[in-house]
Amino acid sequence: MKFPAATIAVIVLVLAFAHWLKLDYFYFASYTILQFIVLATAWNILGGYCGYVNFGSAAFFALGAYSAVFMDKFYPLPVLALMVIGAVVSGIVGLGMGYLTLRLRGAFFAIATLALAVVLQTLVVNWDYVGGSRGAYIVSPETIGIAGIQVSYIEYLFALMLVLAAIALTTARTIERSQLGFGLGAIRDDEIAAEAAGVPTLRLKLIATTLSGALMGMAGAPFPYYIGYLQPSSAFGLEYTVNSIAMPMIGGTTGWIGPLVGSILLGSLQQIAIITISSAVNLLIVGLLLVGFVIIAPNGLTGLAQKYVRLWKQL
Amino acid sequence: MTPLLHLDNVSKRFYGFVALDGIDLDVYPGERLGLIGPNGSGKSTLVNCICGTLQNEGGTVQFDGKPLDGLTAHERTHRGLARSFQLPRPFHSMTLADNLRIPLLYTVRARLGPLHSTGDLDARCHELLDMFGLAKKAKQLPGDLTQVEMRKLELARAMAAEPKLLIADESMAGLSHSEINDILALLLRLNERGIGVIMIEHIMSAVMKFSQRLAVLVSGKKVADGNPEDVVHDPEVVRAYLGQ
Repeated sequence: MKFPAATIAVIVLVLAFAHWLKLDYFYFASYTILQFIVLATAWNILGGYCGYVNFGSAAFFALGAYSAVFMDKFYPLPVLALMVIGAVVSGIVGLGMGYLTLRLRGAFFAIATLALAVVLQTLVVNWDYVGGSRGAYIVSPETIGIAGIQVSYIEYLFALMLVLAAIALTTARTIERSQLGFGLGAIRDDEIAAEAAGVPTLRLKLIATTLSGALMGMAGAPFPYYIGYLQPSSAFGLEYTVNSIAMPMIGGTTGWIGPLVGSILLGSLQQIAIITISSAVNLLIVGLLLVGFVIIAPNGLTGLAQKYVRLWKQL
Repeated sequence: MTPLLHLDNVSKRFYGFVALDGIDLDVYPGERLGLIGPNGSGKSTLVNCICGTLQNEGGTVQFDGKPLDGLTAHERTHRGLARSFQLPRPFHSMTLADNLRIPLLYTVRARLGPLHSTGDLDARCHELLDMFGLAKKAKQLPGDLTQVEMRKLELARAMAAEPKLLIADESMAGLSHSEINDILALLLRLNERGIGVIMIEHIMSAVMKFSQRLAVLVSGKKVADGNPEDVVHDPEVVRAYLGQ
């Protein structure tokens, strides 16, 4: 049996086992890890492939979440439709942010994206319709029927996030092996040389900001239904920004597999820390690992592996 | 004959500093032009204004009979202008073959349409790498190259865009005598294919061997333009290089 088929078979078996034993916490924790796979992969399209560090991941995530809250009040729709709306809203904001800020480089671009998060959070805090600073309650059903099978709502959200994670990873993998991926890589390495080689750098960066924003917004849309009560401090939480950056950095930023590895590793560690130590220790773990990896493996785990493979081949 | 590149009164300032002051220059199809001048004379600024890395504030730049003003650098590359950089700027995370694949994908495809299969692109990459003596290192990263190989990669990448005019900005700086001859032979071979070449260089022996015409910039102004033998004996050029 080939590796992907074996992986899928193992995942299906584990899920069936968790469903049979009614292990809701398994789905609850796994949802978070999948959510970070999407966020980290989305961040990596702009930050890893293109070299533009985005400190505003939480803003795009929150836009998706608050789009869902808005629609829940205005015209309730299925979560799947809300994910599409979240993607459109965040994608448009990503495009706008890109257009306004992509002439900035390095730290200036990073600061501009951070400013976007602050501005959006201030707007949401003062927008009463979506709950303002007091937050908004979202009531979701206990169970939902899918193709005649009754599953718990958290299982449904987990399935949606699993599909979204697959879409995000497929998108990243496709980009990486495409003309777009080559162009983004050239921008990351040297933007002036890329322009001189004929790469339309601004257009490519706008595609990257739009795609990245849209995926983050999609990840945010089911969040109010997952958490049940959404307030600005949770949607715009520091952990989304920090993890979106740290996970690809630890896994490796040059390929689609890096954010996946980083998210699974860091996400699992955080979930274990939450139930064994305390929820407050999360960011401490991220910080320590990030410092360690910057020193030991600046190109992440995949970069480290590639280095050893290259050395092995040279022997 | 209609010039391939026509500069009319091109000016550029950096705040109070006048980097280019009303430059007029014509380059004809297939011509070999040497462009010299002391450090800080505005040679690289002129290249940047021609190639769109910088926008000139005054005057016009025309290429192939059409104005380039307002076009971005990549649009100018698509029109047939290519350059190498004074300090090599390779795509350091990509192999040599992939370094060449970028202009092939983005410039040749943009100009000629999606005619290239992956096989065609690979063949074109290897043809270029072979021509520049880099075929054996096709799968290596630029970090593994020697200085002269790095210079060759710069030129090969510029050539991958299939230009009508190549601007080689100090492609021989820091090279040994034999390496200079190597690069010189390459540039002459490219010119034999009908590609116009502007050579910006400090190494006068190479400039004199290469150039059919020589232009001299001093403090942002063109002080001489003509036959290389005449230009190097021009009193103003001698004064600029040797002082009063």
